[in-house]
Amino acid sequence: MEKSERLLNLHIMLLAQRRFVSKGDIRRMLYADYPDTPAGDEAFEKTFERDKDDLRELGVVIEVGTMDKFFEDEVGYRIPPDESALPEIRFEADEAAVLGVAARAWEQAAFAKATTEALRKLAASGVEVDRSRLDVVAPRLRAEEPSFDVFWDATRKRRLVTFDYRRPGEPQPTRRRLHPYGVVRSSGRWYVVGHDLDRGEERVFRLSRVVGDARASGRAGAFEVPAGTDVRRIADTLAPTAPDVEAVLLVRQHAGVGLRRRATLVEDDVPGPDDRTRWDRVTLTAPESSLADEVLTYGASVMVEAPESLRDEVVDRLRRVVSR
Amino acid sequence: MSAARTPATTARDQVARLLALVPYLHSRGEVSVTEAAAALDVDPDQLVKDLRVLFLCGLPGGYPDDLIDVDLDALEGEGIIRVSNADYLAHPVRFAPSEAAALVVALRAIGERTPSARDVVERTLAKFEAAGAGSAEMHVTSEPQTAPGDLLALLQGAIDRGHQVELTYHVPTRDEQAARTVDPRAVTHVGEVAYLDAWCHTAQGDRAFRLDRIVEARELETPVASPGSGPRDLTGEWFSGAETTRVTLALEPPAHWVPEYYTVVAQRPGPDGILEVDLDVAGEPWLRQLLLRLAPHARVVRPREFNESFTAGAREALSLYGDTGVR
Repeated sequence: MEKSERLLNLHIMLLAQRRFVSKGDIRRMLYADYPDTPAGDEAFEKTFERDKDDLRELGVVIEVGTMDKFFEDEVGYRIPPDESALPEIRFEADEAAVLGVAARAWEQAAFAKATTEALRKLAASGVEVDRSRLDVVAPRLRAEEPSFDVFWDATRKRRLVTFDYRRPGEPQPTRRRLHPYGVVRSSGRWYVVGHDLDRGEERVFRLSRVVGDARASGRAGAFEVPAGTDVRRIADTLAPTAPDVEAVLLVRQHAGVGLRRRATLVEDDVPGPDDRTRWDRVTLTAPESSLADEVLTYGASVMVEAPESLRDEVVDRLRRVVSR
Repeated sequence: MSAARTPATTARDQVARLLALVPYLHSRGEVSVTEAAAALDVDPDQLVKDLRVLFLCGLPGGYPDDLIDVDLDALEGEGIIRVSNADYLAHPVRFAPSEAAALVVALRAIGERTPSARDVVERTLAKFEAAGAGSAEMHVTSEPQTAPGDLLALLQGAIDRGHQVELTYHVPTRDEQAARTVDPRAVTHVGEVAYLDAWCHTAQGDRAFRLDRIVEARELETPVASPGSGPRDLTGEWFSGAETTRVTLALEPPAHWVPEYYTVVAQRPGPDGILEVDLDVAGEPWLRQLLLRLAPHARVVRPREFNESFTAGAREALSLYGDTGVR
């Protein structure tokens, strides 16, 4: 029997029977070509496990239970029809349109395929997805980090992942062992959230900083995600975010357009550090760390008045360039 | 995902298609192959192959009545699909976790990017969650915003009506704002960045304008005046184009993120944690800004004259603070 035929027959058999079907009966009806020898038993077990995994990967719910009161040690299987079926779902026209945009978003092969499968299920239940809407631009969702698939798969299967991680500013990567709780996309980059076994606490890792291959190891179901864990909240709280500061800058007239666009206050024609041009005083609020980077890009067109910490950082960094 | 597992994945894919095809047919009675293929986004030839597996399947027992019935005459003769004796497959299967994650994340990313779509995205997500298709394990917290919704709506409206648009555009490498009159063609993405693809009358050439640098836009009554050129593919050679100079930078660890953001031609580790990268640079202003942003963790290995002008620029900026850099 071809594999797809066997998988579909297994699905139908477990779905159509209202009771649990014993493993023995399943083997007799669908796996009869496995001989009744120790080697045949082992091959059957392996194939049957993989087939169940394949059906579960498609979204099928398979229940495992005890057969009946006479044979308490024999395991049986069934697919509860109501739980395994897609619930009735109906969309308004604008919702169907936004689904049409979502259909084009993924540029990562496995998730593009998963999107197609999901929309096919919706089509099968009578939902028509509108692919013609134009006024929303589809995001381009990629996952180019080579370790993405490993972390996502290990998250789903609850397996341990071991990887080398390089933090910015550290010359050498360090080995990490993580129980991954989830993956989070933030500003176009992917992060994994989980329990760091060596640090003994929750941590967030940026996938682009994983060095070499990440490896999943050990059995599936190796850990439980603590009840009430909110992966998105952990990512928000643990990912480093710089506090905002209010900065006062002297900017040459007609320069610093990018800074002026975000200004909360602009005072025209104030005294400046030189008289090659006129100067304006620009006030804006931004994260301090990235503001130093941004001010530096304007070179001799922008000077920091306040806060002192920002001024010191800019001066220090320029001085280190000049004195090397 | 991996090519090595193709055979197993193919069988699973076929079952996935069949578990959608049968309920689709069940609610319709009979459907043409072309119609079903279009609705389910399946190649028509593949759909016929799938049906040839389906009629071998059914309830255990092996009697003809136990098997699903596919009308092969109608299929081969008229290209019509009729399936019966498959009532137990009347409903599609629940979303698999990666299917739910893929859709939910795509929807959330749309909402993050396009504030005007947030309401409809929230309603759609709520329906998925009610159908047990939430995603606890994959999230989006923030997406780079494409553009304010009103800018996008304005540009799309002008494209639909074939009107010219007047832009005020910010060019950071020249630190200036300039007015442009353009024939807009399409809004498109290259990587994470959204562009307006247009013919620019001011520059007399094809130009791509980053949406996040459009300071102001105004739709004109004038119809577009460069007919016949459709939207272009901005991802290919065209975009890299132009004249570039190959530059080698030495990056200290705090600057190692550069290859994550910019396309580098090559990178190799050097001594003392230095990463050397080769970049094709289109203009000196861009390079000077990058080096200043990274200061003092990057320097130019070659061509050396870039390094000298960069240091001179840093000295000039430092002089604003009354500091000569000598201590």
